[in-house]
Amino acid sequence: MASIPSPIHPESLRAVNKIAELSGQNVHECMQCGTCSAVCPMVSSMGFTTRQGIHYLQFGQVEPVLQARIGEFCASCHTCVVRCPRGIDVPRVFEAVRQLVLRTNTDLVTLGDIPKDTLAEAPQIAFVSTFRKLTS
Amino acid sequence: MTIGYYPGCTLKTKAANLEVAALAALDHLGIEVAELPRWNCCGAVFSLATDDLIHQVAPVRNLIRAAEQGCDTVVTICSQCYNTLARANRLVREDAEKRDTLNRFMTEEPDYAGEVEVVHYLSLLRDRVGWERLRAAVTNPLTGLRVAPFYGCTLVRPGDVAIDAVDPAILEGFIAALGAEPVSFTAARECCGSYQMIAHPEEGLRRAAKVIAAANASAADALILSCPLCEYNLGTRQGDVVAAHDGLEHVPTFYFTQLLGVALGLDPELCRLDLSGPAATTLLTERKYIAAATA
Ligand code: SF4
Ligand code: SF4
Repeated sequence: MASIPSPIHPESLRAVNKIAELSGQNVHECMQCGTCSAVCPMVSSMGFTTRQGIHYLQFGQVEPVLQARIGEFCASCHTCVVRCPRGIDVPRVFEAVRQLVLRTNTDLVTLGDIPKDTLAEAPQIAFVSTFRKLTS
Repeated sequence: MTIGYYPGCTLKTKAANLEVAALAALDHLGIEVAELPRWNCCGAVFSLATDDLIHQVAPVRNLIRAAEQGCDTVVTICSQCYNTLARANRLVREDAEKRDTLNRFMTEEPDYAGEVEVVHYLSLLRDRVGWERLRAAVTNPLTGLRVAPFYGCTLVRPGDVAIDAVDPAILEGFIAALGAEPVSFTAARECCGSYQMIAHPEEGLRRAAKVIAAANASAADALILSCPLCEYNLGTRQGDVVAAHDGLEHVPTFYFTQLLGVALGLDPELCRLDLSGPAATTLLTERKYIAAATA
């Protein structure tokens, strides 16, 4: 019998393994209950829900998760962490997704795009956290 | 001296209104703390990637500064500094391999194994003063003021650094000790929009609007905060938030330490209401908690 070629690109599998390594989380423990999405304050800005993001990773697919910009919009509020019934540290998963992008020398925010008023008024921790989270 | 004080960058600049009254209040209550003679930025956010040890150097270095001053405790007022320092401290305590790497990397520093305890100012107040003693020290009770307690994220998550782990109503206890009325507020532990207000302002404003709507629904007179980023998103940007979302009403924001200063009857100038927007001063003068001339 001829073997069926895997639909998962080896590059994608490598990225998903890297996410497991960087996050220390096993996405296969997720039971797809959707609690993380229900409590996520940023989910409406993401291309799809956090639950769906984890689902794609379970199937070894990283591209859709990158396109949905879940890592970029996660605010690391940790609301999902305290609610996930499977004990998955979801922001660590999305931090790892974000790191995959940042480590290709890609910035997700540009200093020049930040309005002048914001630069003048926002507190130091706002900039330190923005650049820590969203620049390479 | 056993309690070191770690201020962090923002309290020395934009958020003087979080710091000044806080330190004056401790002095007034007889709690001695000493600012660390040397400190650096904590990094503002705790690094979540397992291989990103370099970003643990900054918070751990601050803890080493505290240890070398002979402190067994270091107190912070900013929620983000608290979270970053407390989580870095736990990492050092719990992960022997990473602790060893950090110690070997910082060859110029003495080894650190998590000897210092990181506490937030609110925990210090509750544990070393107590709400009863605080209540007794209040000379200008904020009677009738309906205050919405905003914990946000970093004071309460993740669970292993949560200041409300033992006492889920720590901020409510604080408000009641000042003679004010803590209101039940559905967004008390929600995200204010965090750094997304800088990177993605539309999303940030939308998130902040949810918090303001919840404060309106609870009929709060004021919203109290402990984080300069929350204050920026919910206070400084509140005009934009209200303008962009129908049906929202303005609610004055304060750092919790400003109301502490007012209730203890400290010189109102120490409360730095000048940095908090006119609505804050107006509310306190209209309710006669402070005299108009001193505002
Ligand atoms: S940590 Fe990220 S994914 Fe989790 S609830 Fe907060 S914003 Fe959503
Ligand atoms: S809450 Fe946990 S188990 Fe449920 S969908 Fe999210 S990650 Fe999966």
